[in-house]
Amino acid sequence: MKPGIETTQIEAIRIKIRIETAAMDALMVRLFDTIDEANMAWVIAADQALRCAFGAALIDLVPSYTTLLVHYDCQQMNHAEALGLINKTLSGLEPADTQAGELHDIPVWYDESVGPELPLVAKRAGLSVDELIQQHCNHDYCVFALGFAPGYGFMGLVDEALATPRLKTPRRKVAAGSVGIADRQTAIYPLLSPGGWNILGRTNVPLFEYAKRGEPLFRPGDKVRFRAISREEFEADGGDTTPMEERP
Amino acid sequence: MSHAANNDASKGLVVKQAGPLALIQDAGRFGVGHLGVTQGGAADWISFRWANWLLGNAPNSAALEIVMGGGLSFETESEVRLALTGADLDAQLDGKPLAPNASFTLLPGQRLVFRQPRQGLRAYLAFPGGLNAPEVLGSRACTAREQLGGLHEDGKPLKVGDRLTWKGAAPTVRRIAAGQGPQMPASNCHLPIVLGSQVAAFSGRSLFQAFNQPWTVDNRADRMGVRLTGPALHGTLTGIISEGIPLGAVQIPPDGQPIVLMNDRQTIGGYPRLGALTPIACATLAQCLPGTQVWLTPVSASQAQEDYRKQLTVWR
Repeated sequence: MKPGIETTQIEAIRIKIRIETAAMDALMVRLFDTIDEANMAWVIAADQALRCAFGAALIDLVPSYTTLLVHYDCQQMNHAEALGLINKTLSGLEPADTQAGELHDIPVWYDESVGPELPLVAKRAGLSVDELIQQHCNHDYCVFALGFAPGYGFMGLVDEALATPRLKTPRRKVAAGSVGIADRQTAIYPLLSPGGWNILGRTNVPLFEYAKRGEPLFRPGDKVRFRAISREEFEADGGDTTPMEERP
Repeated sequence: MSHAANNDASKGLVVKQAGPLALIQDAGRFGVGHLGVTQGGAADWISFRWANWLLGNAPNSAALEIVMGGGLSFETESEVRLALTGADLDAQLDGKPLAPNASFTLLPGQRLVFRQPRQGLRAYLAFPGGLNAPEVLGSRACTAREQLGGLHEDGKPLKVGDRLTWKGAAPTVRRIAAGQGPQMPASNCHLPIVLGSQVAAFSGRSLFQAFNQPWTVDNRADRMGVRLTGPALHGTLTGIISEGIPLGAVQIPPDGQPIVLMNDRQTIGGYPRLGALTPIACATLAQCLPGTQVWLTPVSASQAQEDYRKQLTVWR
């Protein structure tokens, strides 16, 4: 095997698991090659098994749609030992119970002032703005991964008709609580940040109160349902109605 | 020498003038990548470790990461022993140059100024016992983008009037032996890289170019990522399904110009990668000024770990 690019394949019951070198002290566990809600049961199971197996030798474990990045402490084990431990841990892996994920109800004020791409996404989908809002709310989205920003959940899959590519030029400032669509994914910006997603509305639900909870609202495998509320309801909840200033 | 611990907020080091960027950092925020929280921490972790070592501090004690200098200046309200390592930012104590990679005493009435980079980019200033700063998610590392950490828990850099206090009493004063200590990179320095599986997707020509000619550090460089410019690298992958990003990952966006992802990188991302620089290479790159020529030098994960463990022994 050539250094650094070895790939190990181990047999699990129904999936082929590949382990690849990612960095000096990190290995990438690759479970799938496509995005699918059914993947989550396996990703969650692998996440739990690896956390358990590595224990204090685990520095970070970052699951995503199809992979898990295992960052281990190379003062406690070497490359070959880490590879062996992953192999051993994941052979005979069984999918987790995905029903265990939480269902989150997210009230959203859909309005052009805070969701400037409402008309654009509606037009592309051949829908009225009201129909678009109904469609966006009419689905329990799966949280595939957390990343980009603390508590930012990548959710999907959005109905094919609503799929809209990212803005050509990202906004420098997207308000906290902005709900957006990019291709077949939807997400909420936890804090004011730059971003290129098509923004449809705003929620006042805090996504990551690290001081209060220590962890974000969403976990991979959770389900999210958006619910349209009026400006009055949004304001009564303490929502910030300041319009999105910057236009793409 | 024994002084009482300085926990009195009225006795501190006060920022008299703010430079472009000075941040409170420790070794970083670990075990939170799955929450979408970035690692953070001292970009040149080797100089950071030396700074704490000089005062006999625990290796993870919070210190200041000072970028460029730019007139950043401090005055102290009580006598304090500080340690300065890393870049030579033309630091002066009451107008007299300070020796790099050593500790020194700052007295009330004296002014400590960081002027401009002469060698390297980031200096580290350590305090007795480490700086006092709120711990957020297990770390005092400051990340502006995530509004985490820092004196005011907003991730912001130091500003005029900020008052830094420290945890410890009189530190153990150590000296770095000649020939040891942090080395600032020279042009044409080598950055060891552990190759990843996606190298297979790059063309033979691109792989040859990647490792057989120097890359130029671009001015688009910060704690999140450092862009390298050179021949455009191409492969069969343009994007991948977003996956976890390790420290030092060398990602190749569609324009073919590598971006090395550093401490404040996003936790997951979807550009194909050549591999990842070793932590030692990341520390080197963190000190490279724009225009510096660097070489990507493949190394096995095992060799990189051996070098890393050897580096750690110097602080024993």
